[in-house]
Amino acid sequence: MNGQENQCNSVRSTATSSPSPCGCCQQVIQPAKIRCTTSIITSANRFDHALARFGWNRGGHRVEPGLYQLGKPDTESPVFASANYTLSFDALRSALNGRDSWILVLDTKGINVWCAAGKGTFGSDELVRRIEASGLASIVRHRKIIVPQLGAPGISWPEVLQRSGFTVEYGPVRAADLPEYLKTRTATPAMREVQFSLRDRLVLIPVELVHLVLPMVVAAAILFFLAGPVAAFASVAAVIAGTVLFPALLPFIPTRDFSTKGFILGTIVAIPFGVVFSGTLSLPLWADVSAGLIPLLVIPATTAYIALNFTGATTFTSRTGVKKEIFRYVPVMALMAGSGLVLGVILGISRLAGVI
Amino acid sequence: MKSSYGENTLEYFPERCINCRRCTQVCPHQVFAEGADHAALVHPSDCMECGACALNCPVEAISVQSGVGCAWAMISAALRGKDMDTECSCGGASDTCCGQAPDTIHDCQGK
Repeated sequence: MNGQENQCNSVRSTATSSPSPCGCCQQVIQPAKIRCTTSIITSANRFDHALARFGWNRGGHRVEPGLYQLGKPDTESPVFASANYTLSFDALRSALNGRDSWILVLDTKGINVWCAAGKGTFGSDELVRRIEASGLASIVRHRKIIVPQLGAPGISWPEVLQRSGFTVEYGPVRAADLPEYLKTRTATPAMREVQFSLRDRLVLIPVELVHLVLPMVVAAAILFFLAGPVAAFASVAAVIAGTVLFPALLPFIPTRDFSTKGFILGTIVAIPFGVVFSGTLSLPLWADVSAGLIPLLVIPATTAYIALNFTGATTFTSRTGVKKEIFRYVPVMALMAGSGLVLGVILGISRLAGVI
Repeated sequence: MKSSYGENTLEYFPERCINCRRCTQVCPHQVFAEGADHAALVHPSDCMECGACALNCPVEAISVQSGVGCAWAMISAALRGKDMDTECSCGGASDTCCGQAPDTIHDCQGK
């Protein structure tokens, strides 16, 4: 055990001798040491994963960047690249159970592979820098590095080859497909396609809720004092529709745009509130109609806005499309929510003034 | 209601393609398929503009204005008076956003 620890943590001299691209990067690079890891996911790891899913300490779920050895890899063992986000790294090392491998962890500031690739932190520069800093060229005899497919938006394989001598091989989208992939070193079309399954969507709900729980409670409290418990419940319903029902039902709601899906879902949720508000106060007709209209204006606008903001969490929306949606529907949402608020204020003032 | 996602910025120039098949490997939505002498653009409207194909094409046969389709990031950029197209603030902490990434990444290339 001790011997292994020493071997894993030994500082290698190769790092200091390899030149870095420029002076500014030198302070960032840690002295190259090889860390040990296993394929075992402990209960502490699972707890960390659960916290990450709830958005707790976002950006704090990190592993140290650098080279790791899994099992007893040698000069012919495969090298896999990963991000320094615990969910990414743990998915990779558990999928490689029983395979002696090298894992090169890039510093993505605790962000997953795909998002970090979109930002460029999981990118050619960082990959080349880590290859050099780890002295990988003197650790393995081959010149191949298996990069997750979703790292490709940040990686240019010709550039990495030219600058480091390593050929990038794009592995499957999901680490879980690696055992199958490694049999032939080719990915089936299914392994290359990003899914957005019910399970994928459901795991996003906690973090969506956590983001909006505070504004929801504030809105509910204000509405409770101004308009009573049903109005407070309506604000909770609008947020739950956007954060829970919307992700769960995404593919089943008609239309493709997220805003229109949100309008549809929000309207369904709003109808009971509209009926309750318009029928129970025994007001003059104009006031009854206005009271019934308010939830039908405000709830769909709220749910649609939350739904539109879910685009960034999905696996398929293009920037062009999202931008088009924003310009088409955010003004409609603002107009609906604004007229609902105005109607509410008019009703409130009329009530105070004794008109109704 | 017409979908907002029918068109995108993906362009393909098959005459330049050398059939290395990298685009078919990196695309997460099977927009490209393998062909006899060049890659075939089979599902252009499924493109999410992640930019992986263009960045990994060695002969610049593909062009796309890549970006992240995240309304939250774009709206908050617009609200802060920044450019919706270049800002990307998805994913929380400010030290992880692209707005700052160029300082640490591109400077090192001597750009």
